[in-house]
Amino acid sequence: MAGSHVYTDYHPRWLRRQVSTYWWLEKRDYFAFILREATCLFVGWFVAYLLLMVKAVVGGVGSYQPFLDWSATPWVLTLNVVSFLFMIYHAITFFVAAPQAMVVHVGRRRVPGNLVLAGHYVAWAAVSVIVSWLLLGA
Amino acid sequence: MRDHITLQVARYRPEQESEITFDEHEVPCPKDWVVLDGLNHIKDHVDGTLSYRWSCRMGICGSCGMTVNGEPKLTCATFLADYAPGPVRVEPLRNFPVIRDLIVDIDDFMRKLARVKPWIVRQAEKPLAEGEYLQTPDELDEYKQFSMCINCMLCYAACPIYGLDPKFIGPAVIALAQRYNYDSRDEGSADRMTVLSEHEGIWGCTFVGECTKVCPKHVDPAGAIQRYKLTAALDSMKSFFLPRGA
Repeated sequence: MAGSHVYTDYHPRWLRRQVSTYWWLEKRDYFAFILREATCLFVGWFVAYLLLMVKAVVGGVGSYQPFLDWSATPWVLTLNVVSFLFMIYHAITFFVAAPQAMVVHVGRRRVPGNLVLAGHYVAWAAVSVIVSWLLLGA
Repeated sequence: MRDHITLQVARYRPEQESEITFDEHEVPCPKDWVVLDGLNHIKDHVDGTLSYRWSCRMGICGSCGMTVNGEPKLTCATFLADYAPGPVRVEPLRNFPVIRDLIVDIDDFMRKLARVKPWIVRQAEKPLAEGEYLQTPDELDEYKQFSMCINCMLCYAACPIYGLDPKFIGPAVIALAQRYNYDSRDEGSADRMTVLSEHEGIWGCTFVGECTKVCPKHVDPAGAIQRYKLTAALDSMKSFFLPRGA
Protein backbone atom coordinates (compact mmCIF):
# COMPACT_ATOMS: atom_id res chain seq x y z
CA MET A 1 0.00 0.00 0.00
CA ALA A 2 3.02 2.24 -0.34
CA GLY A 3 2.63 5.44 -2.32
CA SER A 4 5.19 4.19 -4.85
CA HIS A 5 2.93 1.39 -6.05
CA VAL A 6 2.27 1.51 -9.76
CA TYR A 7 -1.31 0.94 -10.76
CA THR A 8 -2.14 -2.49 -12.05
CA ASP A 9 -5.56 -4.05 -12.47
CA TYR A 10 -7.04 -5.11 -9.13
CA HIS A 11 -4.20 -3.38 -7.32
CA PRO A 12 -4.99 0.32 -7.25
CA ARG A 13 -2.53 3.03 -6.38
CA TRP A 14 -3.62 4.95 -3.30
CA LEU A 15 -3.27 8.70 -3.40
CA ARG A 16 -1.71 10.03 -0.21
CA ARG A 17 -2.15 13.75 0.27
CA GLN A 18 0.21 15.71 2.46
CA VAL A 19 -1.14 17.97 5.18
CA SER A 20 -0.23 21.56 4.29
CA THR A 21 2.37 23.26 6.46
CA TYR A 22 -0.16 26.06 6.82
CA TRP A 23 -3.09 23.84 7.83
CA TRP A 24 -3.56 25.97 10.94
CA LEU A 25 -4.50 28.95 8.77
CA GLU A 26 -7.30 27.06 7.03
CA LYS A 27 -9.85 27.47 9.80
CA ARG A 28 -10.45 29.93 12.59
CA ASP A 29 -10.69 27.06 15.09
CA TYR A 30 -7.37 25.61 13.97
CA PHE A 31 -5.77 29.02 14.39
CA ALA A 32 -7.29 29.40 17.87
CA PHE A 33 -5.82 26.01 18.76
CA ILE A 34 -2.33 26.88 17.52
CA LEU A 35 -2.53 30.22 19.31
CA ARG A 36 -3.34 28.37 22.53
CA GLU A 37 -0.46 25.94 22.02
CA ALA A 38 2.10 28.59 21.09
CA THR A 39 1.18 31.04 23.84
CA CYS A 40 1.80 28.49 26.58
CA LEU A 41 5.28 30.07 26.57
CA PHE A 42 3.72 33.13 28.18
CA VAL A 43 2.16 30.94 30.87
CA GLY A 44 5.64 29.57 31.51
CA TRP A 45 6.95 33.11 31.77
CA PHE A 46 4.29 33.98 34.36
CA VAL A 47 5.32 31.01 36.47
CA ALA A 48 8.98 32.04 36.24
CA TYR A 49 8.07 35.64 37.11
CA LEU A 50 6.08 34.47 40.14
CA LEU A 51 9.03 32.38 41.37
CA LEU A 52 11.37 35.35 40.91
CA MET A 53 8.96 37.48 42.91
CA VAL A 54 8.80 34.92 45.73
CA LYS A 55 12.61 34.79 45.76
CA ALA A 56 12.74 38.60 45.95
CA VAL A 57 10.20 38.72 48.79
CA VAL A 58 12.11 36.09 50.75
CA GLY A 59 15.26 38.18 50.32
CA GLY A 60 13.69 41.15 52.11
CA VAL A 61 13.47 44.83 51.13
CA GLY A 62 17.02 44.78 49.77
CA SER A 63 16.08 42.41 46.98
CA TYR A 64 12.36 43.22 46.67
CA GLN A 65 12.87 46.91 45.76
CA PRO A 66 15.27 46.10 42.86
CA PHE A 67 12.74 43.48 41.70
CA LEU A 68 10.00 46.15 41.66
CA ASP A 69 12.26 48.55 39.75
CA TRP A 70 13.08 45.82 37.24
CA SER A 71 9.36 44.99 36.89
CA ALA A 72 8.62 48.63 36.08
CA THR A 73 10.97 48.68 33.11
CA PRO A 74 9.06 49.02 29.82
CA TRP A 75 9.97 45.63 28.36
CA VAL A 76 9.05 43.68 31.50
CA LEU A 77 5.83 45.67 31.81
CA THR A 78 4.95 45.02 28.17
CA LEU A 79 5.81 41.34 28.49
CA ASN A 80 3.65 41.03 31.59
CA VAL A 81 0.67 42.80 30.01
CA VAL A 82 0.87 40.53 26.94
CA SER A 83 1.31 37.49 29.19
CA PHE A 84 -1.69 38.54 31.27
CA LEU A 85 -3.89 38.76 28.17
CA PHE A 86 -2.79 35.29 27.06
CA MET A 87 -3.35 33.99 30.60
CA ILE A 88 -6.95 35.17 30.33
CA TYR A 89 -7.22 33.45 26.94
CA HIS A 90 -5.87 30.23 28.45
CA ALA A 91 -8.20 30.49 31.45
CA ILE A 92 -11.23 30.93 29.20
CA THR A 93 -10.30 28.08 26.85
CA PHE A 94 -9.59 25.90 29.88
CA PHE A 95 -12.99 26.70 31.35
CA VAL A 96 -14.72 26.00 28.04
CA ALA A 97 -13.01 22.60 27.96
CA ALA A 98 -13.78 21.76 31.58
CA PRO A 99 -17.36 20.47 31.11
CA GLN A 100 -16.12 18.07 28.43
CA ALA A 101 -13.42 16.63 30.68
CA MET A 102 -15.28 16.74 34.00
CA VAL A 103 -18.53 14.89 34.37
CA VAL A 104 -19.91 15.72 37.80
CA HIS A 105 -22.65 13.74 39.49
CA VAL A 106 -24.75 14.91 42.42
CA GLY A 107 -26.32 11.77 43.76
CA ARG A 108 -27.45 9.91 40.66
CA ARG A 109 -28.02 13.05 38.60
CA ARG A 110 -25.48 14.38 36.16
CA VAL A 111 -24.72 18.08 36.59
CA PRO A 112 -25.29 19.93 33.26
CA GLY A 113 -22.13 21.16 31.51
CA ASN A 114 -23.25 24.79 31.72
CA LEU A 115 -23.35 24.57 35.53
CA VAL A 116 -19.83 23.10 35.61
CA LEU A 117 -18.69 25.99 33.41
CA ALA A 118 -20.51 28.54 35.59
CA GLY A 119 -18.92 26.97 38.69
CA HIS A 120 -15.47 27.64 37.27
CA TYR A 121 -16.29 31.29 36.60
CA VAL A 122 -17.79 31.72 40.08
CA ALA A 123 -14.64 30.18 41.62
CA TRP A 124 -12.47 32.47 39.47
CA ALA A 125 -14.45 35.53 40.57
CA ALA A 126 -14.31 34.45 44.24
CA VAL A 127 -10.54 33.95 44.15
CA SER A 128 -10.11 37.30 42.36
CA VAL A 129 -12.19 39.07 45.05
CA ILE A 130 -10.16 37.48 47.85
CA VAL A 131 -6.84 38.34 46.19
CA SER A 132 -8.04 41.92 45.53
CA TRP A 133 -9.11 42.27 49.15
CA LEU A 134 -5.73 41.01 50.34
CA LEU A 135 -3.86 43.42 48.06
CA LEU A 136 -6.04 46.49 48.38
CA GLY A 137 -8.04 46.10 51.57
CA ALA A 138 -5.50 44.67 53.95
CA MET B 1 -33.97 30.73 -6.21
CA ARG B 2 -31.93 29.02 -8.92
CA ASP B 3 -33.13 25.55 -9.86
CA HIS B 4 -29.63 24.25 -10.62
CA ILE B 5 -26.30 24.39 -8.83
CA THR B 6 -22.74 23.58 -9.90
CA LEU B 7 -21.06 20.57 -8.32
CA GLN B 8 -17.27 20.43 -8.58
CA VAL B 9 -16.55 16.77 -8.03
CA ALA B 10 -13.08 15.44 -7.26
CA ARG B 11 -11.89 12.69 -9.58
CA TYR B 12 -8.96 10.39 -9.01
CA ARG B 13 -8.57 7.60 -11.52
CA PRO B 14 -5.32 5.88 -10.57
CA GLU B 15 -4.97 4.25 -13.98
CA GLN B 16 -4.98 7.72 -15.59
CA GLU B 17 -3.97 10.32 -13.01
CA SER B 18 -1.52 10.83 -10.21
CA GLU B 19 -3.39 13.79 -8.66
CA ILE B 20 -6.98 14.79 -8.00
CA THR B 21 -8.77 16.68 -10.77
CA PHE B 22 -12.23 18.23 -10.73
CA ASP B 23 -15.23 17.69 -12.99
CA GLU B 24 -17.97 20.32 -13.05
CA HIS B 25 -21.62 19.42 -13.41
CA GLU B 26 -24.83 21.39 -13.21
CA VAL B 27 -27.30 19.42 -11.10
CA PRO B 28 -30.90 20.16 -10.10
CA CYS B 29 -31.23 21.91 -6.77
CA PRO B 30 -34.69 21.43 -5.34
CA LYS B 31 -34.84 22.39 -1.68
CA ASP B 32 -34.98 18.76 -0.50
CA TRP B 33 -31.91 17.58 -2.45
CA VAL B 34 -28.78 16.76 -0.53
CA VAL B 35 -25.25 16.58 -1.94
CA LEU B 36 -25.60 12.82 -2.26
CA ASP B 37 -28.66 13.32 -4.50
CA GLY B 38 -26.51 15.52 -6.72
CA LEU B 39 -23.83 12.81 -6.94
CA ASN B 40 -26.44 10.16 -7.69
CA HIS B 41 -27.83 12.40 -10.43
CA ILE B 42 -24.38 12.64 -12.01
CA LYS B 43 -23.81 8.90 -11.76
CA ASP B 44 -27.24 8.03 -13.17
CA HIS B 45 -27.47 10.62 -15.95
CA VAL B 46 -24.05 12.06 -16.76
CA ASP B 47 -21.06 9.92 -15.86
CA GLY B 48 -21.53 6.40 -14.57
CA THR B 49 -17.84 6.02 -13.74
CA LEU B 50 -18.02 8.39 -10.75
CA SER B 51 -17.19 6.34 -7.66
CA TYR B 52 -18.32 7.02 -4.09
CA ARG B 53 -19.76 5.17 -1.11
CA TRP B 54 -23.28 5.49 0.13
CA SER B 55 -26.01 3.31 1.52
CA CYS B 56 -28.81 4.40 3.84
CA ARG B 57 -29.42 8.06 2.84
CA MET B 58 -30.51 8.84 6.39
CA GLY B 59 -27.39 9.48 8.47
CA ILE B 60 -27.24 5.99 9.97
CA CYS B 61 -24.73 3.96 7.97
CA GLY B 62 -21.87 6.47 8.00
CA SER B 63 -20.80 5.59 4.44
CA CYS B 64 -21.19 8.86 2.59
CA GLY B 65 -18.75 11.09 4.48
CA MET B 66 -16.96 13.48 2.14
CA THR B 67 -15.40 16.93 2.20
CA VAL B 68 -17.98 19.52 1.12
CA ASN B 69 -16.58 22.99 0.54
CA GLY B 70 -13.68 22.15 2.82
CA GLU B 71 -15.74 20.71 5.69
CA PRO B 72 -16.18 17.03 6.53
CA LYS B 73 -19.88 16.25 6.04
CA LEU B 74 -22.31 13.40 5.65
CA THR B 75 -23.45 14.09 2.10
CA CYS B 76 -26.85 12.56 2.83
CA ALA B 77 -27.46 15.24 5.45
CA THR B 78 -25.99 18.24 3.64
CA PHE B 79 -28.51 20.19 1.59
CA LEU B 80 -27.46 21.63 -1.75
CA ALA B 81 -29.73 24.63 -1.24
CA ASP B 82 -27.65 25.66 1.78
CA TYR B 83 -24.75 26.31 -0.62
CA ALA B 84 -26.72 28.32 -3.19
CA PRO B 85 -25.74 29.91 -5.48
CA GLY B 86 -22.79 27.52 -5.44
CA PRO B 87 -20.51 26.12 -6.56
CA VAL B 88 -20.28 23.13 -4.23
CA ARG B 89 -16.92 21.40 -4.16
CA VAL B 90 -17.02 17.71 -3.19
CA GLU B 91 -13.75 15.97 -2.32
CA PRO B 92 -12.79 12.74 -0.57
CA LEU B 93 -12.38 12.81 3.21
CA ARG B 94 -9.07 14.30 4.23
CA ASN B 95 -6.34 12.42 6.09
CA PHE B 96 -7.13 9.10 4.38
CA PRO B 97 -5.50 7.60 1.29
CA VAL B 98 -7.77 7.95 -1.74
CA ILE B 99 -8.54 4.74 -3.59
CA ARG B 100 -10.66 6.23 -6.37
CA ASP B 101 -12.63 9.46 -6.87
CA LEU B 102 -14.43 10.02 -3.54
CA ILE B 103 -13.60 6.66 -1.98
CA VAL B 104 -11.01 6.54 0.78
CA ASP B 105 -9.25 3.64 2.40
CA ILE B 106 -10.39 3.24 6.02
CA ASP B 107 -8.45 0.06 6.86
CA ASP B 108 -6.29 2.00 9.31
CA PHE B 109 -9.36 2.89 11.36
CA MET B 110 -10.74 -0.65 11.23
CA ARG B 111 -7.45 -2.09 12.52
CA LYS B 112 -7.28 0.44 15.36
CA LEU B 113 -10.92 -0.09 16.29
CA ALA B 114 -10.44 -3.81 16.83
CA ARG B 115 -7.54 -3.13 19.22
CA VAL B 116 -9.80 -1.45 21.81
CA LYS B 117 -12.26 -4.36 21.89
CA PRO B 118 -15.42 -2.44 21.04
CA TRP B 119 -17.72 -5.05 22.48
CA ILE B 120 -18.85 -6.08 25.96
CA VAL B 121 -16.04 -7.98 27.63
CA ARG B 122 -16.90 -10.29 30.53
CA GLN B 123 -14.28 -12.00 32.64
CA ALA B 124 -16.79 -14.79 33.25
CA GLU B 125 -20.21 -15.13 31.69
CA LYS B 126 -22.97 -15.77 34.21
CA PRO B 127 -25.18 -18.82 33.63
CA LEU B 128 -28.13 -18.34 31.30
CA ALA B 129 -30.45 -19.39 34.08
CA GLU B 130 -29.62 -16.18 35.95
CA GLY B 131 -31.17 -14.16 33.15
CA GLU B 132 -30.14 -10.96 31.41
CA TYR B 133 -27.57 -8.43 32.49
CA LEU B 134 -29.95 -5.76 33.73
CA GLN B 135 -29.23 -2.06 33.43
CA THR B 136 -30.98 1.00 34.80
CA PRO B 137 -31.84 4.05 32.64
CA ASP B 138 -29.16 6.02 34.52
CA GLU B 139 -26.56 3.38 33.66
CA LEU B 140 -27.67 3.52 30.03
CA ASP B 141 -27.31 7.31 30.02
CA GLU B 142 -23.65 6.98 31.05
CA TYR B 143 -22.61 5.61 27.66
CA LYS B 144 -25.55 6.25 25.32
CA GLN B 145 -24.01 9.38 23.79
CA PHE B 146 -20.89 7.46 22.75
CA SER B 147 -22.96 4.60 21.36
CA MET B 148 -24.37 6.95 18.71
CA CYS B 149 -21.11 6.82 16.72
CA ILE B 150 -21.69 5.57 13.17
CA ASN B 151 -18.02 5.22 12.18
CA CYS B 152 -18.41 7.89 9.50
CA MET B 153 -14.79 9.07 9.88
CA LEU B 154 -15.65 12.76 9.79
CA CYS B 155 -13.80 13.20 13.08
CA TYR B 156 -10.63 11.71 11.59
CA ALA B 157 -10.92 13.97 8.56
CA ALA B 158 -11.26 17.02 10.82
CA CYS B 159 -8.40 16.08 13.16
CA PRO B 160 -5.11 17.73 12.16
CA ILE B 161 -3.26 15.54 14.66
CA TYR B 162 -4.34 12.39 12.81
CA GLY B 163 -3.38 14.05 9.53
CA LEU B 164 0.09 14.86 10.82
CA ASP B 165 0.62 11.64 12.76
CA PRO B 166 -1.36 8.70 11.33
CA LYS B 167 -0.21 6.54 14.27
CA PHE B 168 -2.62 8.47 16.52
CA ILE B 169 -5.41 6.06 17.40
CA GLY B 170 -7.99 8.77 16.69
CA PRO B 171 -11.22 10.23 18.05
CA ALA B 172 -13.86 7.66 17.08
CA VAL B 173 -11.84 4.70 18.36
CA ILE B 174 -11.44 6.35 21.76
CA ALA B 175 -15.11 7.38 21.89
CA LEU B 176 -16.13 3.81 21.07
CA ALA B 177 -13.76 2.43 23.70
CA GLN B 178 -15.40 4.77 26.20
CA ARG B 179 -18.83 3.58 25.07
CA TYR B 180 -17.91 0.16 26.52
CA ASN B 181 -15.85 1.45 29.44
CA TYR B 182 -18.93 3.28 30.74
CA ASP B 183 -21.22 0.30 30.19
CA SER B 184 -22.12 -1.25 33.56
CA ARG B 185 -22.12 -4.74 31.99
CA ASP B 186 -18.56 -4.46 30.72
CA GLU B 187 -15.40 -5.69 32.46
CA GLY B 188 -12.83 -4.90 29.79
CA SER B 189 -11.66 -1.42 30.75
CA ALA B 190 -8.25 -2.67 31.95
CA ASP B 191 -7.64 -4.34 28.57
CA ARG B 192 -8.55 -1.12 26.77
CA MET B 193 -6.37 1.00 29.03
CA THR B 194 -3.28 -0.83 27.77
CA VAL B 195 -4.03 0.39 24.25
CA LEU B 196 -5.49 3.79 25.06
CA SER B 197 -2.66 4.79 27.41
CA GLU B 198 -0.02 4.35 24.73
CA HIS B 199 1.70 7.46 23.43
CA GLU B 200 -0.35 7.24 20.23
CA GLY B 201 -3.50 6.72 22.30
CA ILE B 202 -5.19 9.46 24.30
CA TRP B 203 -1.95 11.34 24.85
CA GLY B 204 -1.61 11.96 21.13
CA CYS B 205 -4.65 14.25 21.36
CA THR B 206 -3.87 17.91 21.97
CA PHE B 207 -7.55 18.87 22.15
CA VAL B 208 -8.09 20.75 18.93
CA GLY B 209 -11.77 19.92 19.43
CA GLU B 210 -12.75 19.79 15.75
CA CYS B 211 -13.81 16.14 16.04
CA THR B 212 -16.67 17.14 18.30
CA LYS B 213 -17.68 20.07 16.10
CA VAL B 214 -18.02 17.99 12.92
CA CYS B 215 -19.63 14.93 14.52
CA PRO B 216 -23.07 14.52 12.92
CA LYS B 217 -24.32 12.40 15.83
CA HIS B 218 -23.16 14.66 18.69
CA VAL B 219 -20.94 11.96 20.14
CA ASP B 220 -18.36 14.42 21.49
CA PRO B 221 -15.19 12.39 20.88
CA ALA B 222 -13.04 15.24 22.26
CA GLY B 223 -14.94 14.97 25.55
CA ALA B 224 -14.46 11.20 25.59
CA ILE B 225 -10.71 11.66 25.17
CA GLN B 226 -10.37 14.32 27.86
CA ARG B 227 -12.41 12.22 30.30
CA TYR B 228 -10.17 9.27 29.62
CA LYS B 229 -7.04 11.38 30.18
CA LEU B 230 -8.40 12.13 33.65
CA THR B 231 -9.15 8.43 34.23
CA ALA B 232 -5.68 7.35 33.06
CA ALA B 233 -3.94 10.04 35.13
CA LEU B 234 -5.85 9.05 38.28
CA ASP B 235 -5.13 5.39 37.63
CA SER B 236 -1.45 6.15 37.20
CA MET B 237 -1.38 8.13 40.47
CA LYS B 238 -3.20 5.34 42.30
CA SER B 239 -0.71 2.75 41.12
CA PHE B 240 2.14 5.06 42.21
CA PHE B 241 0.82 5.83 45.69
CA LEU B 242 -0.93 2.52 46.26
CA PRO B 243 1.29 -0.01 44.46
CA ARG B 244 -0.44 -2.92 46.18
CA GLY B 245 -3.88 -1.75 45.18
CA ALA B 246 -6.50 0.35 46.96
